[in-house]
Amino acid sequence: MLQDKDRIFQNLYNDLGSDLASSQKRGDWMNTKELTSKGRDWIINEIKDSQLRGRGGAGFPTGLKWSFAPKEVGSRPHYLVINGDESEPGTCKDRDILRFEPHKLIEGCLITAYAVQAHVCYIYIRGEYFIDGQKLQAAINEAYEKKLIGKNAAGTGWDLDIYIHYGAGAYICGEETALLESIEGKKGQPRLKPPFPALIGLYGCPTIINNVETIAVVPTILRRGGKWFASLGREKNTGTKIFCISGNVNNPCNVEEEMNIPLKELIEVHAGGVIGGWDNLQAVIPGGSSMPLIPKEKCETLTMDFDSLVAEKSGLGTAGVVVINKDQDIIKCMARIARFYKHESCGQCTPCREGSGWMWRMLERMSKGEASKEEIDMLGDVTKQIEGHTICAFGEGSSWPVQGLLRHFKDEIKRRNKFDPIIKENKNIPYLVDQHLLDKNA
Amino acid sequence: MSLRKPAKDQPNDFEFNSTSLEAANKIISNYPQDKQQSAVMALLYIAQRQNNNWIPLAAMKYIAKLLNMPYIKVYEVATFYSMYNLSPVGKYFVQVCTTTPCMIRGANKLVEACKEKISENENELSGDKSCSWMEVECLGACVNAPMMQINDDYYEDLDKEKTLEILDKILKGEKPRPGSYRGRVNNEPENNRKTLLDLKNAPR
Repeated sequence: MLQDKDRIFQNLYNDLGSDLASSQKRGDWMNTKELTSKGRDWIINEIKDSQLRGRGGAGFPTGLKWSFAPKEVGSRPHYLVINGDESEPGTCKDRDILRFEPHKLIEGCLITAYAVQAHVCYIYIRGEYFIDGQKLQAAINEAYEKKLIGKNAAGTGWDLDIYIHYGAGAYICGEETALLESIEGKKGQPRLKPPFPALIGLYGCPTIINNVETIAVVPTILRRGGKWFASLGREKNTGTKIFCISGNVNNPCNVEEEMNIPLKELIEVHAGGVIGGWDNLQAVIPGGSSMPLIPKEKCETLTMDFDSLVAEKSGLGTAGVVVINKDQDIIKCMARIARFYKHESCGQCTPCREGSGWMWRMLERMSKGEASKEEIDMLGDVTKQIEGHTICAFGEGSSWPVQGLLRHFKDEIKRRNKFDPIIKENKNIPYLVDQHLLDKNA
Repeated sequence: MSLRKPAKDQPNDFEFNSTSLEAANKIISNYPQDKQQSAVMALLYIAQRQNNNWIPLAAMKYIAKLLNMPYIKVYEVATFYSMYNLSPVGKYFVQVCTTTPCMIRGANKLVEACKEKISENENELSGDKSCSWMEVECLGACVNAPMMQINDDYYEDLDKEKTLEILDKILKGEKPRPGSYRGRVNNEPENNRKTLLDLKNAPR
């Protein structure tokens, strides 16, 4: 288990208070000026050395992303945007950072803004987290008062303004270009990439977008050194991560742990075990609802990091672990996730808009045993038609969980769905049969 | 995609009161000079707060004029995002999360409680028109499942009994205490904490 002294979020459970004075006791804002005085290249290199990967789901190397920002500020200003639109089912880590560790985030904003030469930072928070956003706003006001942000922020000579922008209940705004559209006051529909936001982003200006957790760990990494962070976890999957363990466990919780921790340890030690014992485990969704589920046999030995989960044809995503035990109907669980995606599709690309609804309706029927055998393969086909044929990654996000279900629980679906409408019962379902083939006299 | 339609009965006009206008101007100043369109989402929230939790078409027209943008663009935004209520929802708007992490911990019991106490169907005002409920997608408090949101506040770690208690209170016009209803502190594992123990026991 990770030692307490190596935990970055000491106030994850709010034992110590989230105001500025308490945060400073934990070391926030201790030597911000000293850190920035070492220069932009030092900051970016240190983050590259730490091998920090983005915590929002995709796992893109953070240092590399920052280095894409233009070296010189031209006629267009640079922007920093923080993605706090946490809506992935199973994930609730950013909320705890916003309400209990706001100063880690604000200090991270200042250092990052300095590194990518931005004077304005927008923090995009999902609308439902209004109360938590108010807590962050109180912390921002406190920081302005103490001159930690604003003109000559924290004595670094850098000017920074931070504003909160509330979303309004659209999952898709967690996608970075949809988030930019949303800040610009439009519908949150993703843009085509390239051009990437690092060159043409908010208002057409160079923009760096990072997740809340990514930015909040930056000051600690710089203080303790990239080498320290890289010494945790394993190569290319370094550092610590907040895991959210929900579902059928005895003590659902958020916990900060080392990367590459065994899944079994997370569930058994931190979350108090599966309800009904380990043998009652059916499957685990390892990284928020977009990631394919993993059946029990593989959970025994699975370790939680980006690359080992990709090897299992899943992904770490946001590290929202949803545990499903044998008391649950796995097809119904996935049908509900499909309904989520049907509801949240932005409607821009046809394969996703129509396909997400198809998947939901087929899964609903499959959970009731009303589907025909052919439809099981047809469902797999639909997921392949969506995946890779959309502007943003929502297409993958909605089809991967269904593919995971088909990969691991196909036998269960087959057992339940033996209905064969055309041949045995000779039912007249016009949309399933080519009419001219039925006409014997033709 | 979700289909959202404005209410049939619409007021003829709408205007920000002085507090709303002040808040609106403050938010407009957060964005670059010629980019005031960015403030449209926040202004719709302000309109919603001022107008008993829902946004009439007149308010969209008013905001369009205020921000100097086409009315249809405001309409697009208001109908795209699900947190803008386009028809009356009552003073207390109950949203029950029923996405998978909540579902497998018994969110359907919460829905039952809402049906018993508030109204038989979603998006239907209760008898005294003070309250309505709906099922929503993930509210981002999955380790506190099952949970619901009433106006801005989260009510976590619920079961049917506790939900009935909370609904009784709001129907009487009282404000129940937000947060966990199983007595746990924030998102810690109840009675099973293995981390940051020195801090928990340390004196403030």
